[in-house]
Amino acid sequence: MTAMLEIKDLHAQIEGKEILKGIDLTVNEGEVHAIMGPNGSGKSTLASVLAGNPAFAVTGGSVTFNGKDLLAMSPEDRSHEGLFLSFQYPVEIPGVSMVNFMRAAVNEKRKYYHQEPLSASEFLKLMREKRAIVELDNKLASRSVNEGFSGGEKKRNEIFQMAMLQPKLSILDETDSGLDIDALRTVAGGVNKLKTDKNATIVITHYQRLLDYIKPDFVHVLYKGRIVKTGGPELALVLEDKGYDWIKQEFEDSKG
Amino acid sequence: MSSIKQYIDLYNEFGPRINTASHEVLNAMRPAALASLNECRMPSKGDENYEISDLDAIYSPDYGVNIDRLDVAVDTEEPFRCDVPNLSTILFYASNDIYHDNQLASSQLPKGVVVASMRSAEVDEVVKRYYGKVAPIDNPQVALNTLLAQDGMLVYVPAGTVVEKPIQLVNLSRAASPMMTNRRMLIVVEDMAQVKMLVCDHTQSGDVDLLNTQVIEVVVGKGATFDFYDLEEASAGTHRVSSMWVRQAADSNVLINGITLMNGTTRNDYHIEIDGERAETQLLGMAIASGSQHVDNHTYIGHNVGYCRSNELFKYVLDDDAVGAFAGKILVAPGSPRTEAYQSNRNICASGNAKMFTKPQLEIYTDDVKCGHGATVGQLDQDAMFYMQTRGISCREARTLLMQAFMSDIIDGVRLDALKDRLRHLVEKRFAGTLAQCRSCTVAQVCHTKIKKK
Repeated sequence: MTAMLEIKDLHAQIEGKEILKGIDLTVNEGEVHAIMGPNGSGKSTLASVLAGNPAFAVTGGSVTFNGKDLLAMSPEDRSHEGLFLSFQYPVEIPGVSMVNFMRAAVNEKRKYYHQEPLSASEFLKLMREKRAIVELDNKLASRSVNEGFSGGEKKRNEIFQMAMLQPKLSILDETDSGLDIDALRTVAGGVNKLKTDKNATIVITHYQRLLDYIKPDFVHVLYKGRIVKTGGPELALVLEDKGYDWIKQEFEDSKG
Repeated sequence: MSSIKQYIDLYNEFGPRINTASHEVLNAMRPAALASLNECRMPSKGDENYEISDLDAIYSPDYGVNIDRLDVAVDTEEPFRCDVPNLSTILFYASNDIYHDNQLASSQLPKGVVVASMRSAEVDEVVKRYYGKVAPIDNPQVALNTLLAQDGMLVYVPAGTVVEKPIQLVNLSRAASPMMTNRRMLIVVEDMAQVKMLVCDHTQSGDVDLLNTQVIEVVVGKGATFDFYDLEEASAGTHRVSSMWVRQAADSNVLINGITLMNGTTRNDYHIEIDGERAETQLLGMAIASGSQHVDNHTYIGHNVGYCRSNELFKYVLDDDAVGAFAGKILVAPGSPRTEAYQSNRNICASGNAKMFTKPQLEIYTDDVKCGHGATVGQLDQDAMFYMQTRGISCREARTLLMQAFMSDIIDGVRLDALKDRLRHLVEKRFAGTLAQCRSCTVAQVCHTKIKKK
C-alpha cells in the first residue's frame, strides 16, 4: 500500500530564513497524526508549505500525495486532489458572501473532476446538511466570509468548509487556539464526525487539550525545523506534564 | 495652437447651416459660446484639474460633424433595447447626437411630463427658461458643446409629479469614419417631483475614433428627488468628454452614480451646487478599466448653505496598462453650519503597470461641520487570494470574486432593485472578461454623408 502523504527531507524558507530543515513524515489512510512543538518550531510553516502558500520557498526535499508530486501543484489543485488546511487565522473577505464563496469552491472541484455544477437547490441542501455538523448558524452563511465572526465561529466555519469539500487529508492548524471549552467540543466533534477509515488528519497544536477530543494515533514533536521525536498518544501526556525543555535538552545533547 | 481653432473655423464657415438644422434657443447661445472660446484654450496635461487628461489632444483630431442632421435609420421591426432585463423602463434613444421622440414611450409618462427632443415646439418655454443657465459658458468644454450642439433631450417633470417607472435613454454611437457628436441634456425636476433616470452609452462601430461631448444641465426643485445612473459601455476608440451640472434646492434628494464599465478615453465632470438647506446628495462612481483604457472623474460638491449632507464614494479597479484619475473637491462655503460632507476614493491596481492618480480635496470655511475625506490605492488582498485558492477556487476566479466584492458598496448604492441585480451581473461579466456590448441594441447600418472639416 502506498502512503497517502509522504514527506521526505523537506526544506523551506521565508525571506531567506530557513524554517523547515529536513522534515520526514508519512501519513496513511485512517490515521490521525498530531504535530506538537514549542513556539517557532515550524509547525504552521509546515502546514502553509503543504497547502502551497506562495510566501514560502521550498528549497529541498519532496512531498507525494496519493502518488502525485504535491509541490508541483497549485494551491487550488492541491485542494481538488483532497488536501484541506484549516487556518489558524481564517481570513476575512468583506463583500464575498459565504454562499458565493462555497458555491465557487464546490463547483470548481466538480469541474476538476468533469462533473456538472450543482443546481441551486442541490447546493443549498448540501450547505444545510453540512452546516448542522458544526451547528453553524444560517445567518452566518449569508454573511461575508468570516467577516465579523467570533473566534469560535471562524473555527466552526473552517470545519464546515472541510465538511463541504470532503478532503482526503485535513491539516488542522492550531484549531483550538482562541476557543472556549464549548466551542472546542463542537469543533472537535465536527472533525470526529467527518472521520472515516479512508481519510486522514494532521492536528497541529501547542497543547494537549485538543487531543483529549481528537485522539491521535501518532504524536510528533517538531523542534527547530525537524521532527525530533515520534511516539504514541502517551507522548502528548508526557509533554503536557513535563513541557518541551527535556526534548530541547535531548536534541542539543544528540548534536553533541 | 489650441485645438479650439478648428471648431471656431468650422462654425464661422457653416454657422448658418448649423442653425438651420437646430432650434432658436440653442442658436441664441452660440454667440456667447463663441466669445468664450475666443478667450480661452482647451486645457492640456498639467493644467490644474486636467493633470491626467489632455483635453487639447482629445479635441485635436479631425473629426467629422453631422451638421445637416442626417439621421441614422433605425430598424423599427426590432425596436432596440438596452440589455437590462426585468428592468421595465420608459425607453428613449439617441443615435449619435440625434434625439428621437417616441410616442409610444411618451404615452407611458404621467400627465405633464415631457421627454422630447429640444427641437420640438411644445417644449419651447422650458428650454428657453433653463437652457445654458446651469452650465457655465466660460468652461471650454461647455462653450464648445454649446457652440456646436444642434439638438438635446429635455426631461421635464412638473411640480408634485412622481414618475414611477425609470426613464431610460440609450445613446448609440455609430460612424464609419472618425466623428464628433455633441450631446446635450436639460433635466428640470420641479418642486416635490420625483424621477429616476438611466442613461446608457454604447458604441456600435468597431475601431473608428469617436469624440462624444456631452453637457447635462439639471435643476432640482424644492423637496424633489432625482436619481441618475450614468452608465458607459463603449468601444476603445470612443473619447467621451461629459460634464454634468446640477443645482439642488432645499430639501431635495439627489443620487448620481457614474459607472464606467468599458470605455476608451473618458473624462467625466460631476458638478453639484447645493443651494437650499436640508438637501441630500449621494455621488457614487465606479470605473473598471483594463488594456489601455483611461478613466478620469472630476467632481465638485458645493455646500453653499447649511444643514445639508453629502456622501461621495468613487472606486476604481485598474488592470493591465489602464490609467485612472479621480479629483474631487468639496467646498463648504462661509455660513454653512451643520454641514455633513464625506468623500472617499478607493482604488485597486491589479497589475504592476496600471496607474491611479487621486486628489481628494476639502475646503471648509464654516465652523460646526462634520467632514471627512480619504483616498487609498492598493492591491488585491494576497491573504484572501491564498485562502480562496486553498478551497479550490482558481486564482482567476478568486481575483474576480475579490474585485466584484470591492465594487459591492457602489452597486448596493443603486436605488433600483432590477438595475442593482443587472449591474451586479454586468460587473461580474466585466471582471470575468466576457462582457460584450449589449447585443440587442441594434440600429440598422447606414452610410453617413458628412461634412468634413477643412
